[in-house]
Amino acid sequence: MVPRTGTRRVRRSMLPVTLVASLTLLATGCVPGTDGSQAGGAAGAGSTAVPDPARAGNVTLTVWDQETRGGTNGEIEQLNKEFEKKYPNVRIKRVSRSFSDLKTTLKLAISGNNPPDVVQANQGYPDMVSFVQAGLLAPLDTYAGIYDWNTRYPTTLLNLNRVSTDGHHFGTGRLYGISQTGEFVGIYYNKDVLAKAGVQPPKTWADFTTSLGTLKQRGELPIQFGNLDKYPAIHTFGVLQDQLGGAQARDTVLGRGQGFDNAYTKDAAATLSDWVKKGYLPKGANGLGYDDAAKKFTGGDGAYLITGTWLQADLKKPMGGKLGLIPPPPAKTDATPMTTGGQGLAWSITSRSHHPEVAAAYLDFITNPHASDVMTEHGVLPALLDRAAAKIDPESSEGQMIAGWRRLTAGDGLVPYLDYATPSFYDTTSKALQDLIAGNSDPEEFAASLQKDYGGFMKKQRDNSAGSK
Amino acid sequence: MTALRDRYRRRAPGEPRAIGYLYVLPALALYGVFLLYPFGQSVWLSLLHWDGLTRATWAGFGNYADLFTDPSLRAPFVHALVLLLFYAALPVAIGLLLAAVMSRIRVKGMTFFRTVLFLPQVLAMVVVGVAWRSILAPDGLLNDTLKAVGLGSLTRAWLGDYDWALPAVGAVGTWVETGLCMVLFLAGTQRIPRELYEAARIDGAGAIREFFSVTLPGLRAETAVALTLTIVAGLRNFDLIYITTSGGPGNSTSVPAYEVYHRAFETNQVGSAAAVGVALTVLIFALTVTVSRLVEGRRS
Repeated sequence: MVPRTGTRRVRRSMLPVTLVASLTLLATGCVPGTDGSQAGGAAGAGSTAVPDPARAGNVTLTVWDQETRGGTNGEIEQLNKEFEKKYPNVRIKRVSRSFSDLKTTLKLAISGNNPPDVVQANQGYPDMVSFVQAGLLAPLDTYAGIYDWNTRYPTTLLNLNRVSTDGHHFGTGRLYGISQTGEFVGIYYNKDVLAKAGVQPPKTWADFTTSLGTLKQRGELPIQFGNLDKYPAIHTFGVLQDQLGGAQARDTVLGRGQGFDNAYTKDAAATLSDWVKKGYLPKGANGLGYDDAAKKFTGGDGAYLITGTWLQADLKKPMGGKLGLIPPPPAKTDATPMTTGGQGLAWSITSRSHHPEVAAAYLDFITNPHASDVMTEHGVLPALLDRAAAKIDPESSEGQMIAGWRRLTAGDGLVPYLDYATPSFYDTTSKALQDLIAGNSDPEEFAASLQKDYGGFMKKQRDNSAGSK
Repeated sequence: MTALRDRYRRRAPGEPRAIGYLYVLPALALYGVFLLYPFGQSVWLSLLHWDGLTRATWAGFGNYADLFTDPSLRAPFVHALVLLLFYAALPVAIGLLLAAVMSRIRVKGMTFFRTVLFLPQVLAMVVVGVAWRSILAPDGLLNDTLKAVGLGSLTRAWLGDYDWALPAVGAVGTWVETGLCMVLFLAGTQRIPRELYEAARIDGAGAIREFFSVTLPGLRAETAVALTLTIVAGLRNFDLIYITTSGGPGNSTSVPAYEVYHRAFETNQVGSAAAVGVALTVLIFALTVTVSRLVEGRRS
């Protein structure tokens, strides 16, 4: 047995050695990470002609995506097959993981020595902006010019895939990806439950809010809602906030707005907590899972479900013709609705891809009008609608979804997800909303906690810009 | 040096010899490559500010200082200690009680009960999490049962309640760990000589006296093992939190292991995540050493 004092002495004498050793490590550059010097390496610089993948020789294009769900999976499989058929020299190696699996592995994959050529990057600070800062994604502006993506996409949608050249700001600057699909948070309704309570599908916001009271009186649960998973309330709150100050909220998310210490944020929060108090939302919503709430809604428990169009296929299957969908109705029937929404994850090209031109052709191929039709046929909402969209029955919920998307994109009614606002905003908002729904905070405190996070980050952003000038 | 050489020269049976290291080398190599080296890396990362991609900057002990000053980092450790009550203290107490009762009375179909109580240990934690998530749901089995027996006023959204979410998740831990403790203790009581019980009874000891004088001392080693296993399980608890509450509502059920995942993969704070991980390792190490010293009575 070694005497204990002895060990301790040995340890103490070791300490300076370890310190020196670690400082040497630091000095010799054993610090992980890159400084972004590879940025823009493979951007296909200079070329202005449409690249021809057929002349690229034998190419294996590695693509990492998260389209694992029914409709999107089928649509990607079909488009990949068609792309390989069109260019027999190209083989697509697809690696498809669920969203959360992709999130945990993508960072390692694209910073490794053999990154995939095409990846799906989540918009916002934690993923896309930090990838750009590290110089791991190639800017696509040249290709956007060659393939006319700039005119193909509405500006609002394209901007969500932009990052400033200094790598600090989101929503402006160079283009780092394009998206295939569109999505918006709408109000799904159960036609049977509404009819039973004698309520017409709402045309205006006032119709909608009055119907909540009527439904409650007739013994129906007005809005089905489960917030155990923390994020669903962000969408519900987004709908309320966009109703009162959608355009300002959009500026705030994109880092050029006034933040959250304002009347429309507090009023939206007050409405949400009012809905809880009046029983328009189920009791104990913080303890009910998102999927469980959706399942209850399909089973007839709840007249409305406020959620994103990503749930369309899952709701349609059990409900069929009973399912209806509208964008949150505006104050006046002919006005543009405003709601949380945007597009699917961006498809980006990694900066160290050996075949950026083939990758760009692939990106164009999966977002062109033909791809749009393939998506529509698979029940997926394409960001850009084309011919096949016209063939969908306008009375069906898919038809309503397409019509809603048309209204929202035409009238600039989309407000990006609130959690894009700062790197920690998902945590901040989801926690603040759970507090609000539980009655642990009031609208003032709610707005203050959002503003604290936002204000702090904006200050850091300004310091960054000042430093880089 | 000479003293060291002398020690190896004697070569009496049972004395340490240098060749011994050769035998542990394969295991040590594996342990080194897959545990010690990554752990060293974590320690190194915990001294940096790193987002996982761009060049890291030196943080010194800043990430560790945050563990004490940042309430959102302090809370997970407090929650973990509260959970130890449910993961370690309760299961060991219940296990001892069951073992004591069963050592006095013979139960028919013992194997069956033992299997049933041990079953949660066999299940993957994810399965346990999914099952309990539905039991604890607002209209889940627990609330339905409460309503059926006229205790409707006690029903609540267990996992969404700020005061009850942590105990609710803890109760799941108790459910999982009790079977393990009980099986360990039952095996232990069979090893205690019958004569001791007989002697105690002749001396006029009642059930309680018998428990404290015979059963409990006889189960000292098993108690240490049970405490070590349950403490480790309680502190590295990740899957159950991930499945049931994701640390919510608010952050009332956040635990260190979940915070490691959350910071490393979701908010790009790799340095901070590593610091939490290292602190958790130190905490587990300290607690298990304490248990082996105090309960098991080991000296080194």
